[in-house]
Amino acid sequence: MVVETQLVTFPSLALDCGVTLAPVDCAYETYGTLNEARSNAILVCHAFSGDAHAAGISKEDGRPGWWSDMVGPGLAFDTDKYFVVCANVLGGCRGTTGPGSTNPATKAPFGMGFPVVTIGDMVRLQKLLIDHLGIARLLCVSGGSMGGMQTLAWAVLFPEAVASVIPIASTSRHSAQQIAFNEVGRQSIMSDPDWREGNYYSGPPPKRGLAVARMVGHITYMSDDSMKEKFGRRLRQRAELGYDFSAEFEVESYLRYRGSQFVDRFDANSYLYITKAMDYFDLASGHGSLGAAFEKTRARFLVISFTSDWLYPTYQSLEIVSALRGRNRDVAYCELPSTYGHDAFLLEVEEQTELVRGFLASTFRNIGRAASL
Amino acid sequence: MSRQFVQNVLSRLDYKIITSIIPEGSRVLDLGCGDGELIAWLMEHKNVDARGVELMPELVQTAIARGASVYQGDIETSLRDYPDQAFDYVILSQTLQQSRHPLRVLRGMLRVGKRAIVAFPNFGHYSVRLAHLFSGRAPRNRLFPYEWYDSPNIHFLTVDDFEMLCAKENWPVERSIFLAGQREIHQFPNLMSEVAVFVITSR
Repeated sequence: MVVETQLVTFPSLALDCGVTLAPVDCAYETYGTLNEARSNAILVCHAFSGDAHAAGISKEDGRPGWWSDMVGPGLAFDTDKYFVVCANVLGGCRGTTGPGSTNPATKAPFGMGFPVVTIGDMVRLQKLLIDHLGIARLLCVSGGSMGGMQTLAWAVLFPEAVASVIPIASTSRHSAQQIAFNEVGRQSIMSDPDWREGNYYSGPPPKRGLAVARMVGHITYMSDDSMKEKFGRRLRQRAELGYDFSAEFEVESYLRYRGSQFVDRFDANSYLYITKAMDYFDLASGHGSLGAAFEKTRARFLVISFTSDWLYPTYQSLEIVSALRGRNRDVAYCELPSTYGHDAFLLEVEEQTELVRGFLASTFRNIGRAASL
Repeated sequence: MSRQFVQNVLSRLDYKIITSIIPEGSRVLDLGCGDGELIAWLMEHKNVDARGVELMPELVQTAIARGASVYQGDIETSLRDYPDQAFDYVILSQTLQQSRHPLRVLRGMLRVGKRAIVAFPNFGHYSVRLAHLFSGRAPRNRLFPYEWYDSPNIHFLTVDDFEMLCAKENWPVERSIFLAGQREIHQFPNLMSEVAVFVITSR
C-alpha cells in the first residue's frame, strides 16, 4: 500500500494562548475507504516525534509508517473495514504548520516567533481536518503517549464527534518527572551555540543539542530490563576497555546513532514547542477535577498501560480510569505485561491488536444498532 | 456469536438463573467477571449496558477482545469509585468466598447498585459435611476442589450464614434460588443445595 502525504490549508486557527494563526497547513494521510454512512472513520494520533505517515509505504521515501504494525488491511485498525486518518500535529515539522514554517508577516521562518501551542490546539486543527473530510462523528480516536493525550482532549473538547477513544501509555497531565526530562531536552538544544535563539534556518541547525535531547528521550522510552537485554555491558567492536571516551559500550553507540539519525528528520524548534505542549497538558485544568473534565464526555474508553513503562506509569492510566468510573463512563482498562518500557506501545503488537480489534468491532456494532433503532 | 459460546454460558446454571433475573436494557456491573462470558452474553441478548471487573490480566484481555467493557482491578477498589446507585444489578458470581472483606464488598455492591445478585458455593452441602466428618480433613469435592494450601477460597459460608447476615444487615432478600447440579432445590437448601443465588436489595 503506497501512500502519499496530502496537504490542506485552513484560513485560520485560534489558539489557547490568544494568538490566531492564519493560514494553517495540515499534512495528513488516509487509508481505507469511508463508508456511505460515514461511520467508520478512525483518527490515529502520533506521539512526540511521529508524523502523518502512520501506515503503508511512503511514496516519497519508501519508509513504512510509524504504526504499520497496527494500521493496515487485516490489522488492529483494519483498513479493509475502517477509514483511518493520521495528521502531523500543529507545531510539528513534517508538513503541518510549525516553528520552521514561513511566517506570512515576515516572509521568514517563525522560529521562536511561533506562538506556544497546546494539545488542545493540535486537536482543534485535527477537528478542522475531520470536518474537511466530511466526517461528523469519528468511530474512534486512538494514539499512544502524546497521541493518547490528544485522544483524551478529543473526548473532552468534542464529545459529540467521537464514539470511542483509546489512549495508550498516556496520561491526563504531565508529572514533574515528565516535565523535568523534557526540560533537559530543551536546555540541551538551547545551549547549543548553533541554536541562535531559534534563528538557525539560514545556517547550520543545533545538531549536537538536538541529538543529546533525543538520547535522553530514548533512555526514557526503554526500561532497565530492555536495555540489559539489548545492550548489557557489551563493548562495541573491541574486546577490552580502551581507557578513553569513544563510544565503547554498545548502549553508548546506540544512543549516539539514534541521536544523530534524529537530527536529519526533526526540527529543533519543533522539539521545544511540542515538548512544551505536552508539559502544559492538564485535562483537569479549568474543570476543577479530572472527573469534572469527563462530565460531558460520551465516548467509550479503552485505556491501555504497560507494566514496565516508567515514563508514563500505570498509575497515570489508573487516574484516568478511576475518574471515568466516578462519572460512570463506559471504560475498559488493561495493563499489558511487557519489558519494553514506554516503547511497548509501538512494539507489543499482538496483544494490543486483540484488544483494539474487539473494542472497535463492538463499538462499531453498537453504533449500527443505535442507528437502526 | 457462536453457538458453542451460548451453550457455555447456559450450561452454567448459575449463569442461566442470573440471565433470567436481569431484565432487558438494565445497567449491570459484573464483579470478578472472568473472561467476560456472562456480560458479553447479556450485551448481545438482553441489550444491557454492562461493565466488568477482573483481576487477572489474561482474562481481562479476552473479555475486552470480546467487546466487553472490562477493567483490570480488584473488586473493592473498583467499587469505591462508582457513584451511588449507578447500576440496576451488581453481580458477584462465585467470588464472595474469595473476597478479603466480604462484608465491605456486599455493602459496596448495595451502594452502587439497586440490587445485588450473589451466587456462592454452599459450604453447608451434605457432601462437604460428610467429607469433613469422615476424612477429618479440610473438605475437598466437586464444589471445593482445592487443596487447603492452594485454594482461592478464604471464607467458607453456608446458605444459613448468608441469610443470617442479610437479616442482621437489614437487606431484604427478593429472591433466593438453590441449585444442585442442573436441578433447582426447594427443600432443605442449607443441606441440599450446592450453589445458592440470592437477589438482595438496599433499603
